Amino acid sequence: MVLLDYVPIFIMVSLAGIFGLVLSKASEIFGPKKPNPEKLSTYESGMQPIRTARERFSVKFYLVAMLFILFDVEIVFLYPWAAVVRELRLFGFIEMLIFVAVLLVGYVYILKKGALRWD
Amino acid sequence: MESIQAILNNPYVFAALMALAPLLWILPYALFAIWFERKVSAHMQDRLGPMRTGGWHGWSQSIADLVKLLLKEDLIPAKSKHGLFMLAPYVVFVGSYAAYAVIPFTSAYVGSEINVGIFYFVAVSSLVVVGILMGAWSSNNKWSLFGAMRSAAQIVSYEIPGTLAILAVVMVVGSLSLQDIVRAQEGWFWNWFVFGKFPFLFIAFLIYFLCSLAEVNRTPFDIPEAESELVAGYHTEYSGMRFAMFYLAEYANMFAVSAVAVTLFFGGWQSPFGTFLSGPAWGVFWFLSKGMGFIFLQMWLRWTLPRLRVDQLMYVNWKVLMPFAFVNIIFVGLWMMIAQ
Repeated sequence: MVLLDYVPIFIMVSLAGIFGLVLSKASEIFGPKKPNPEKLSTYESGMQPIRTARERFSVKFYLVAMLFILFDVEIVFLYPWAAVVRELRLFGFIEMLIFVAVLLVGYVYILKKGALRWD
Repeated sequence: MESIQAILNNPYVFAALMALAPLLWILPYALFAIWFERKVSAHMQDRLGPMRTGGWHGWSQSIADLVKLLLKEDLIPAKSKHGLFMLAPYVVFVGSYAAYAVIPFTSAYVGSEINVGIFYFVAVSSLVVVGILMGAWSSNNKWSLFGAMRSAAQIVSYEIPGTLAILAVVMVVGSLSLQDIVRAQEGWFWNWFVFGKFPFLFIAFLIYFLCSLAEVNRTPFDIPEAESELVAGYHTEYSGMRFAMFYLAEYANMFAVSAVAVTLFFGGWQSPFGTFLSGPAWGVFWFLSKGMGFIFLQMWLRWTLPRLRVDQLMYVNWKVLMPFAFVNIIFVGLWMMIAQ
């Protein structure tokens, strides 16, 4: 049974959830409850919070996320190949070289475009 | 007695007990590691560290800390998104605990014997990013959001060379199951992949280890929680037990990546001396001691190396580690073709 193998994972995930619930309930029971506006305000090194925290941030982060998706998908394709590379022998190896060569072109392109320069 | 036997024979009850086992390791380990880290850092800086609590070298310091956190007020900032704020620690902890499902503690025990083992590990361990972003964005705090953006960028970038380094091992073994990978390293310690397939898998190990440090936000890659500029990073607004859950997840992750490094490159539960001192019980001993060795290495690095800047961090990943990882798998492929 292949699906039965996944049952322990499901149990572990729910166990971790229950454990977290117990911990946070415990702190609700044992901890004091004396909120005041000062205490509940956002921490900004002792200053009055200026504007909201959800401001704009550098576009570099979006770029990194996008490049990550591209390369990660390539790697997802590499995994099944890696598991059977012995049986595929030279044919599979050359196929993969072509695949990586295409990837390399893209890599050189983003390198030349300066997408990986962070300043 | 027979009824207990009958209950234990039920596969679901058995699976539930098996699922509990890693938690029974993580909790004492995390308490020990927090105390140990303080002692290691202290001795490296020529101090003594905690000495009072409990008597001998302050051994019960982390238990006292735990009790203190339990008695703290559970604050939820007024301007936060309450639902997401409360959910985030669960996501982080569930992500790090679910990763333990495929780690083989010994020849007889692995949480779940799925055939995509290492692939599942890579997928689930990046769930932590979701929790970190969730907690930071919902806190409505600038320090938190900066920390989480850095953390997300760092974790996802370093995942690429890390996964490529794992790929080299998968190519050599021809299986994604962690138990198969451990069995392929049978015998004396020179059969372990880090020594046995020199230099390809040694390079893969170095790349994987660096990336695993970045993935658990350890120094030199700890800019997400750089305390000198970002207060505490993504968990600035958390207090009490919710904060403790982030902390627990962090230490659980440290052991998880160490355990995978041990499994892939250092023979997992195999004894270093062939069949001497081997067996399921000794397997647990060898596995945990190798894992703790890596934990010590991580602490050692933390208190030795300075922190990288964010541009240096990206440079190391995209322009140094990634080309190396790609060239490495091509060389592993070439070498396998020639060896056949």
